[in-house]
Amino acid sequence: MSNVFIALQANEETRPIIEAIVMDNPQAVVKREPAMVKIDAPGRMVIHKETIEGLVGRAFDLQEMHIHLITLSGNVDETDNSLTLTWNN
Amino acid sequence: MAVTSLKEYIGVPRDTVANFNGKQLVYVSWDHHLLFAAPFLLCIPPQMTFREMVEGPLTALTQPDPDAKNIDWSKVEWMKSNQAWVPNFGASLADNGIGHKDQIRMRTPNLNSLRAAA
Amino acid sequence: MDTQVTKKKLGLKERYKLLTRDLGWETTFHTKDEVYPYVKYEGIKINDWDKWEDPFRLTMDAYWKYQAEKERKFYAIIDAHAQNNGHLNLTDARYLTAIKMFLQAISPGEYAASKGFARMGREFGGVGTQVACQMQALDEIRHAQTQIHAISNYNKYYNGFHAFSDSRDRIWYTSVPRSFFDDAMSAGPFEFMIAIGFSFEYVLTNLLFVPFMSGAAFNGDMATVTFGFSAQSDEARHMTLGLECIKFMLEQDPGNLPIVQRWIDKWFWRGMRILSLVGAMMDYMLPKRVMSWKEAFDIYGVENGGALFNDLARYGIKPPKGWDVAAGAIEHMSHQLFLGLYQWSFGTAFHGWIPSDDDMEWLSAKYPTTFDKYYRPRWEHIKKLEAEGTPFKNYGLAKLCQTCQLPTVFTEPGDPTMMCHRETEYKGEKYHFCSDGCQEIFEHEPEKYLQAWLPMPALFSELNGDIGAWMDWVGLKNGVDNGDYVGSQDQINFDKWRGMATSNKQS
Repeated sequence: MSNVFIALQANEETRPIIEAIVMDNPQAVVKREPAMVKIDAPGRMVIHKETIEGLVGRAFDLQEMHIHLITLSGNVDETDNSLTLTWNN
Repeated sequence: MAVTSLKEYIGVPRDTVANFNGKQLVYVSWDHHLLFAAPFLLCIPPQMTFREMVEGPLTALTQPDPDAKNIDWSKVEWMKSNQAWVPNFGASLADNGIGHKDQIRMRTPNLNSLRAAA
Repeated sequence: MDTQVTKKKLGLKERYKLLTRDLGWETTFHTKDEVYPYVKYEGIKINDWDKWEDPFRLTMDAYWKYQAEKERKFYAIIDAHAQNNGHLNLTDARYLTAIKMFLQAISPGEYAASKGFARMGREFGGVGTQVACQMQALDEIRHAQTQIHAISNYNKYYNGFHAFSDSRDRIWYTSVPRSFFDDAMSAGPFEFMIAIGFSFEYVLTNLLFVPFMSGAAFNGDMATVTFGFSAQSDEARHMTLGLECIKFMLEQDPGNLPIVQRWIDKWFWRGMRILSLVGAMMDYMLPKRVMSWKEAFDIYGVENGGALFNDLARYGIKPPKGWDVAAGAIEHMSHQLFLGLYQWSFGTAFHGWIPSDDDMEWLSAKYPTTFDKYYRPRWEHIKKLEAEGTPFKNYGLAKLCQTCQLPTVFTEPGDPTMMCHRETEYKGEKYHFCSDGCQEIFEHEPEKYLQAWLPMPALFSELNGDIGAWMDWVGLKNGVDNGDYVGSQDQINFDKWRGMATSNKQS
């Protein structure tokens, strides 16, 4: 199965996002590189708004991620509550 | 169709021989001598003899290679447009059939100092 | 404006629908074919534009909000960089060679992409596509501007930055990315989307921006990291657009498959050729390296590209035709190109150098089967020439590829000791190529590529081979911008200023 991934800038605002991804995707592997964090997961990764909100203690709009996104891989499906990356293989 | 277009389209080549003020381009490379990163581009008159090209620009340009001083020009094997070919050193480039933008290659079979150790 | 109200009531999908799809209308004064004259001639059939899905569903109001925030972040860091002598935090000023190349060759590509997407935003028939292309046009011009602005801080102190717009148009190596974008912009809207949206954004920008920007961070270049990541935050959206466009074409009509496949083959190959510049940056120009070009390609090319093409296999798409040849050349391309950049450094608006012993150790560790065998002997000989007082310069100029416009530095597939010679004749005129891939691109559309303005021949046809006149024309200051890094003004100044920054030494 191919990996999907997302890479975020390494900063204060992405810390809870990364934490949320790890909580919701037990197979995710976090790689910390200079100034960035890349998270791989086999086939599928879901980012839940609710999990992030629980960690930051405020309302969080998933589109705020655009500010910190570096790159991603996989087919994207975005709703109000989640962002999902998948490969169909 | 020679280009994907709404209607017929004919391009104009930018580097025809007419643009080189009586000279022409000749590309020369030395097989297996990759200290030189790409074939040399020479802009020389078609009346120049093959010998003048060899003793002039080609000798000067190949000089940095450690094999350059040991080249026996009478033993060099030549190719033109990737086909084996024998030049006439005394004749002009034109009479040797070397046209604009022709690629000449030279080979020196036992002289390959910087080639990778097999 | 009542977006505040609608925002609270509507979900993402409805809001997106209202703020994009409903902006379109049916034409009545003119037919659709008259309004959108370029959507059919490439042969792509679209049956229903409404099937276009924009997965991010970003509406213009949200777009402005987030882009403004990115700009504020960007300028906060750029200001701090300028106010705190950020340039002295670099590992070494030779690192700036990569940034000079970036400014001359890549940033103008961002501007070209902006023009291209502005045009495509007009030419595509569906409103979802139009809006996405218009956003991307805005992104791309932002990238060009933020890059030029960030890098202008280095122009205050270092050489080689001052004439980047002339370099863009006139110097030889910039014709490589310029011809890539010119090729895309002079194609139809669908091919443009494959070229830029898919090949460049999805397959290549990961290799261009991600490891390279991480490398900039590693080398203390806050300015570049900042513009790089700020730009890259848009790329995720661009990549998604590119991928959506390709799926859209393939889902709309089975007849689109062979056309799309040919474009994938073509633009993958053109992209790989541009990436040879990136490979040289990563393997040779960063004083401290995060990863080798090969390692980056393994992650973002082999692994990620492989996943993508596996995914597209359900539509009948095969991996690009040149994939195996490209993969076979990964352990050679950066070495072959940098060797060229070094020997032609009299004609580059950046410095070259002989890799240090440490650098060569690193290269042989990263390329255990190729560097010592093929490339170290050349550098050892070049070191010897330098020690003997006859530093190696290749004044022969170079044969350029008619398609990618790079010097034909690449070797035969399967034989790294033999340069690849390819030529063809068309209408009585000879044309040369660096590879089968580039030759095939030419042969499919010869009337397009025979028009190429190749800088090396042009030096003779337009300036009679006068190198001095050429340097004036391209904005290259001889002895200042070009040549070896060792002994350059850049090196001397950096060492002096750094000394002043870390001690009380008076110059």
